Amino acid sequence: MFPSRGDRLLLPGLRTAALLTGGVVVLLLAFLIVEAWPGLRAVGLTRFFTDPSWHPAGEEGTFNLAPMLVGTLAAAAGALAFSSPLALGSALFCHYFAGQAQATLYRRLIEVLAGVPSVVYGFWGLVVLVPLIRRLEPPGASLFAGILVLTIMILPTLMLSADAAFAAIPEDYFKAAAALGLSRPAVIAHVVLPASRGGLATGLMLSTGRAVGETMAVLMVCGNVVQTPDSLFDPIRTLTANIALEMAYALGDHRAALFVSGLVLMGLVIALVLAAATVVREPA
Amino acid sequence: MNGANLYASGFGRTRGDVLLSGAVYAAVAAVVGLSGWLLYDLLSHGLGPLSMTFLTAEVEASGRAGGIAPILLSTLLILTVCLLSAVPLGLASAIWLSEYADLSRGLGRAVHHSLDVLAGVPSIVFGLFGNAFFCVYLGLGFSILSGGLTLACMVLPIFIREAEEGLRAVPQSYRLSAAALGFSQTRTLFSILLPAALPGILVGLVLGVGRALAETAALIFTSGYVTRTPESLLDSGRSLSIHIYDLSMNVPGGEANAYASALVLVALLVVINTTASWASARFGLVRRAI
Amino acid sequence: MTTVGDLAQAPPAFSTEGLSCYYGEKPAFLDVDLEVATGEITALIGPSGCGKTSFLNTLNRLTDLIAGCRVEGRIRLFGRDLHGLDVNPVELRRQVGMIFQRPSPFPLSIRRNLELPLREHGVKDRQERESRLEQALREVGLWREVKDRLSAPALDLSGGQQQRLCIARALVLRPEVILFDEPCSALDPLSSGVVEDLIASFRGRYTVVIVTHNLAQARRIADTTAFFWMVDGVGRLIEHAKTEILFQNPRNPLTRSYVDGARG
Repeated sequence: MFPSRGDRLLLPGLRTAALLTGGVVVLLLAFLIVEAWPGLRAVGLTRFFTDPSWHPAGEEGTFNLAPMLVGTLAAAAGALAFSSPLALGSALFCHYFAGQAQATLYRRLIEVLAGVPSVVYGFWGLVVLVPLIRRLEPPGASLFAGILVLTIMILPTLMLSADAAFAAIPEDYFKAAAALGLSRPAVIAHVVLPASRGGLATGLMLSTGRAVGETMAVLMVCGNVVQTPDSLFDPIRTLTANIALEMAYALGDHRAALFVSGLVLMGLVIALVLAAATVVREPA
Repeated sequence: MNGANLYASGFGRTRGDVLLSGAVYAAVAAVVGLSGWLLYDLLSHGLGPLSMTFLTAEVEASGRAGGIAPILLSTLLILTVCLLSAVPLGLASAIWLSEYADLSRGLGRAVHHSLDVLAGVPSIVFGLFGNAFFCVYLGLGFSILSGGLTLACMVLPIFIREAEEGLRAVPQSYRLSAAALGFSQTRTLFSILLPAALPGILVGLVLGVGRALAETAALIFTSGYVTRTPESLLDSGRSLSIHIYDLSMNVPGGEANAYASALVLVALLVVINTTASWASARFGLVRRAI
Repeated sequence: MTTVGDLAQAPPAFSTEGLSCYYGEKPAFLDVDLEVATGEITALIGPSGCGKTSFLNTLNRLTDLIAGCRVEGRIRLFGRDLHGLDVNPVELRRQVGMIFQRPSPFPLSIRRNLELPLREHGVKDRQERESRLEQALREVGLWREVKDRLSAPALDLSGGQQQRLCIARALVLRPEVILFDEPCSALDPLSSGVVEDLIASFRGRYTVVIVTHNLAQARRIADTTAFFWMVDGVGRLIEHAKTEILFQNPRNPLTRSYVDGARG
C-alpha cells in the first residue's frame, strides 16, 4: 500500500508551517539586532549605562538607560511585593476556606480582571488613582501609581497559577495530615506550600515578565520623567514607556538606542522564561 | 495516658488558624474591593455617553464628540488580518507539534522553546519588530495590514498552545481505530482529529481574539493613529485600545468618551472570555457524546 | 498506657452502637454494633464497597472532612462519646493514629515528616523530639536504614519504607489506637510481609483496627475479625468473633461462604 498523494504532501506542509512559526522569534531577534547594531557600534554598550543622562536626539546625544532600567525593576518589584500576598491569600481562600460556590464566583471575578486590557487599567489609574495620590503627595503620577496599577494587573496571573498549583496537590496529603490532627495553618505552611513550590515559582516568574514588559499602564500613570527615583512618589519612566514615547520621532542613533532597550527587555524576559522552564523541570 | 486527653477545651480552632483566616479574608476583601471599585467606576462613568449613535457615528473633535464607528471598523479589520494569517499557520504548526513532532529533541523541541519565548516577549517589543519589519522593511507603512500581521505574531503562541492541548486531548483510541480501518493520515486528520479537537481550537481562537483586542503597545507604531474610516488594508487605522489611550493622554476633555470606549472594550472582552468557557464546556459535552 | 496485664478488666477501646454513615442520602453502612478490645488486633474483612473503610473513618472522625458525609449512632472511645460537644477532633487524632492504603509521606525530608506532628502537638523540647523520632524509627525497623540520611526527601524511599515511615509518623504522637486501611495492598510481597510483621508486633502495646482484603493476613495477625457484607446494597456487620472461630466455625452462612472463598 502506498500513501495517498494527500499524505505525501501533508507532513512536509505541516513541518514547513512549524518551521515558520518557530522562525518568528528568530526573525524578531534578528531585526532587533540589525536595528540596534548601528547604535551599539556608534555609542558602545558601556555608554548605555555610564552616560551622564538620556538626551538621545541631536549630534552629541547621551544614552544612559540605567535610570529607566531601575524604574522598570522598581515598579516590577513593588508590584510583586504587593500582589504576591493578595494572590496567595486568594488562592488559599479558594481551596481551603471558601465553599464550592464562593470559590467559583471568586475565580470568575479574577478571570474578569485577567480580561481587562492594560490600556483600561492605565486609564483607570490615570483618572482615579493618580489624583488620589496627588492629594497624598504631589505630583501623583509616580512610581507608586505604577506599582498599584501593576499590582492589580499581575494579580490574576499570580493567583491562577497558585490556584493550579494547589489543585495539583494529591488528596492523600490532606487525609494523612487530618489523621495526624494537623491544624489548617500547619497543613498550609508545611504541606501545601512546600508541595506547590514549583508552581508558585513559575507563576512568580511569569508575572515578573508581565510586569517588566508592561507598557501602556505604566506609561499612563508613572509620569515619565527620566530619573532614578528617591522615593515611591517620584515620577519615573520605564524602558517600555520610553520606547512608546519616543519611537514616533526617533531617528538614527536615537532609534537604534530604542532598539537596544528593546533587546535589554528581551534579555530580561528570556532569562525569566528559561528560569521558569528550569523550575518546572525540577521535581517538586 | 488515658482517654481523658481527648477532651481538651476548644474545638480545633487554634489561635494560628484565627490569624491565618484573618489574613486570608483581608486579602480577599482587598481584591474584591479593588476590582469592585474598578468595575463600578467604569460602569458608572461609561454608561452615560454610551448609546447606539456613539457606536455608529464618526469621530469628531479628536474624539471629544461624535462616536467610534471608524474605530470599530479598523479594530475589526486589524483583527481579521491577524486571524486570517495566524490561524492557518498556527493550526498547521499545532498539528505537527502534537501529532508528528518529538518535543524532547530536534526541531520539535526548538519550535516549542521558541514559542515559549515568543509568548513572553513584551508587546512593545513586538511593536518595535513590527515597525522595523512590516512597516519599513516590507514597505507596508503604518497600516492595518502591518498592525494585523504584528498581532498575528503575538497571538500565534497562545493559539498554538490551546490547539495543541485540544489535539492531545483526543483519545489515542480514535487514532488507532482510524488506522485499523485503513484511513489515510489526511483523512484521519480532517474527519476524526480536527472535529474531535474543535473545542481546544475554538478556545485558542477566542483567547487569541481577546489578546489581540486588548493589545495597544504593539499597534502604536504599526497600525497608527488615524481616525478616518479606512478605505483599504494599506490605510492606517486606529484600534479601540489606542483610541482609549489617545483620548486619555492627548485629548483634554476626552475623558467621558474614553470611559465609554473603555466600557465597550471591556464588555467585548468579557463576552469573548465567557464564550471561551462556554464553548469548551459545550463542545466538551458533544465530544463526550461521540 | 493500658498494659497487657489488665486486659481482662480493661474497657473496650471502641464500642459503637447503632452506628450508621451516609454519603448524602445513600447509606455506606447501617446499624453497626461493634466492640474493639483494648490491646488487641481487630481485622475488618468483606468485599469492596461494603463500608469497611467508611467505618474506619468514623473511628477518628475523618468523616468530618468528607463533604456530605453524615454519621448517626454512637461511638465511645474508652467510654467517652466521640461526638460529644467537648471532643477536640485534633486531640482525638493524636490519640488515634491512622495509616492509609497508599503510603502518604509529605513532600518533606524524613526528619521533617516526623517532626511536623510533634511540633503541631506542642512538643517544643528539641531533645524530646529527637528521642521520640529515633524511638519511632527504631520501632518500625527503619532507624538503621535511614539514620544517616534523615534530611533526604521522604519520597526518595521505597514504597515499603515509605509505609513504615508513615507508621513511625503516627507512632511519634504515642497514640493508643492505630487504624490501618489496607496498609499492605499497595506494596510488593516482601515489603508487605515486613509491614505485616510490624503490625503483628503491636499486639498488647497498641489497639489495632485493620481493614484488609487479604483473608490469610487477617487470619495470621488478628485476634478478632469482623465480617462486613452488602445486604440490599447497604453495608452491614454480619459477624464478629475470635478469628479462629470466624474462619473455622462461623455462625452465619454468609460468613462461611465468604471465608471459604465461594463469594466475593
